Amino acid sequence: MGATPRDKRMSIDEVVAELRDGMTIGIGGWGPRRKPMALVRAILRSDLRDLTIVSWGGADVGLLVRAGKVRRLVYAFVSLDSIPLEPSFQRARQLGTIPEVVELDEGMFQTGLRAAAQRLPFLPMRAGLGSDVLVNNPELRTVTSPYDEGFGHEELVAVPALRLDVALVHLNRADRHGNAAYLGPDPYFDDLFALAADRTFLSVEQIVDTAGLTVDSPVQRLLLSRMHVDGVVETPHGAHFTTCTPDYERDERFQRAYAAAAGGSDEEWAAFEQRFLAGDETDYQAAVRAFHEEQS
Amino acid sequence: MTQPDTPTADRSPARAEVCAAAIADAFAEDGEIFASPMGLLPTLGVRLARLTSNPDLVISDGESLFLAGTPPLFAKADVVEGWIPFRRVFDVVANGPRHVMMGATQIDREGNQNISAIGPFDRPTRQLLGSRGAPGNTVNNRTSYWVPRHSPRVFVEHVDVVSGVGPRRAREAGTAASRFHDVHRIVTDLAVLDLGGPDGTVRLRSVHPGVAVEDVVAATGFALAVPDEVPTTREPSAEELVLIREVLDPKGLRFKEVPLPSPTRESR
Repeated sequence: MGATPRDKRMSIDEVVAELRDGMTIGIGGWGPRRKPMALVRAILRSDLRDLTIVSWGGADVGLLVRAGKVRRLVYAFVSLDSIPLEPSFQRARQLGTIPEVVELDEGMFQTGLRAAAQRLPFLPMRAGLGSDVLVNNPELRTVTSPYDEGFGHEELVAVPALRLDVALVHLNRADRHGNAAYLGPDPYFDDLFALAADRTFLSVEQIVDTAGLTVDSPVQRLLLSRMHVDGVVETPHGAHFTTCTPDYERDERFQRAYAAAAGGSDEEWAAFEQRFLAGDETDYQAAVRAFHEEQS
Repeated sequence: MTQPDTPTADRSPARAEVCAAAIADAFAEDGEIFASPMGLLPTLGVRLARLTSNPDLVISDGESLFLAGTPPLFAKADVVEGWIPFRRVFDVVANGPRHVMMGATQIDREGNQNISAIGPFDRPTRQLLGSRGAPGNTVNNRTSYWVPRHSPRVFVEHVDVVSGVGPRRAREAGTAASRFHDVHRIVTDLAVLDLGGPDGTVRLRSVHPGVAVEDVVAATGFALAVPDEVPTTREPSAEELVLIREVLDPKGLRFKEVPLPSPTRESR
């Protein structure tokens, strides 16, 4: 007795130390929802560059492209929901500062991750046919069905596998071994990101005992198994300013401040960066608390 | 911010209310499918349809829950009848029992839609959302569009990026793209349109009360197919007006999207 699985607890900086220039990084969550923002902020502080980012995008994409970290961006949309257009992403696209963009249909994205998760080179799909997704991504190919079900040999999009070097995801709870649960209404695709990636680093609101994972939550909420997780970081409010239901909802007031600065002058953005992004995660959370005290 | 006065039931329908009923009509014959409205007026119209012409519609909270009831706009609580996280939305899209009403920054004569970017794709003059689910929606399930401000900036000869696929592009892409292609209605603040024109082009179906056919033609940046006789969009019934004004949108949020005429210009 006494033999237990590995303890995978790490610090934020230890996670970032595992990343390399040029890596393909998948970022979990969805738009402005349950994004691993503390890990994104840590990448902003690092010297990492030339990253390929794969994300159903929100401010994670905005911040990384604004910081010039992204060589290639794979996305279907970038949105803050309550603010439809992400100002940093919009600015980067209009200035042409993202060297390579791959804009997919949002369902193609899931199919690409599924192909990677199943170690397949592609999966067939209807989405994309007839649209400029195929025109603007000339590397995308179609595949003809060997079967005729009465509609001829259908020609479908061969969605290529979206293979990831690393997946970064944020969930509500995990144990030290990497078993993890979401507690909100939507798992998004964080399990799929983990399956599509060589390695997955997970941040969570709280690390609990393994037994604690199912004390007050149905077993179906256990989204990630430790066999697909390489490191676990406890980062309270680590999804801020995106949602992390039910631990907290989106910080709309802060998001508005972010969007105003990102869509404003260079000086306004520099002031936002100086105030919120110059220090470490502890400094960030303290600056956010001060921001709210000021606003109340 | 001041709220505009909500018209009382004895006053004639406002344009926003005509639009809501026209949107409801787009979903009236859909049967038991997932109605996916994007934005405020489409949500109002879908819920109106569910309370009147099509009680079998399946509706969600716009996040991850199917709702058993038909709550007012932005109401938080209702009885839940199912789970529709994003991953399952993609399953329903591919499976087909869904009618989405999306917005459109541009729509062209051939019914292609753009929500991705304005200008050249490599370096847009204005980056928008990205293509989102538009490519998949248009080749998989019934799709309609809502345009709150009908203008030549929206209705253009050629969209800059084809996010939503029109009939000709679907046909040219082959059977796999055209089998389930079904762009149903385009509802605007001036008119109801469809793709029943020559070779699947945009056609005028009806003009809203108080709008002339010439107004719609002038506000459309391409040659619109106009039938010899263009009916007037029906006015909402008294029951529908009560549902819109007192049940679904008592705060008058619809007027933020389709404003009431300003009092100085009102002819009544």
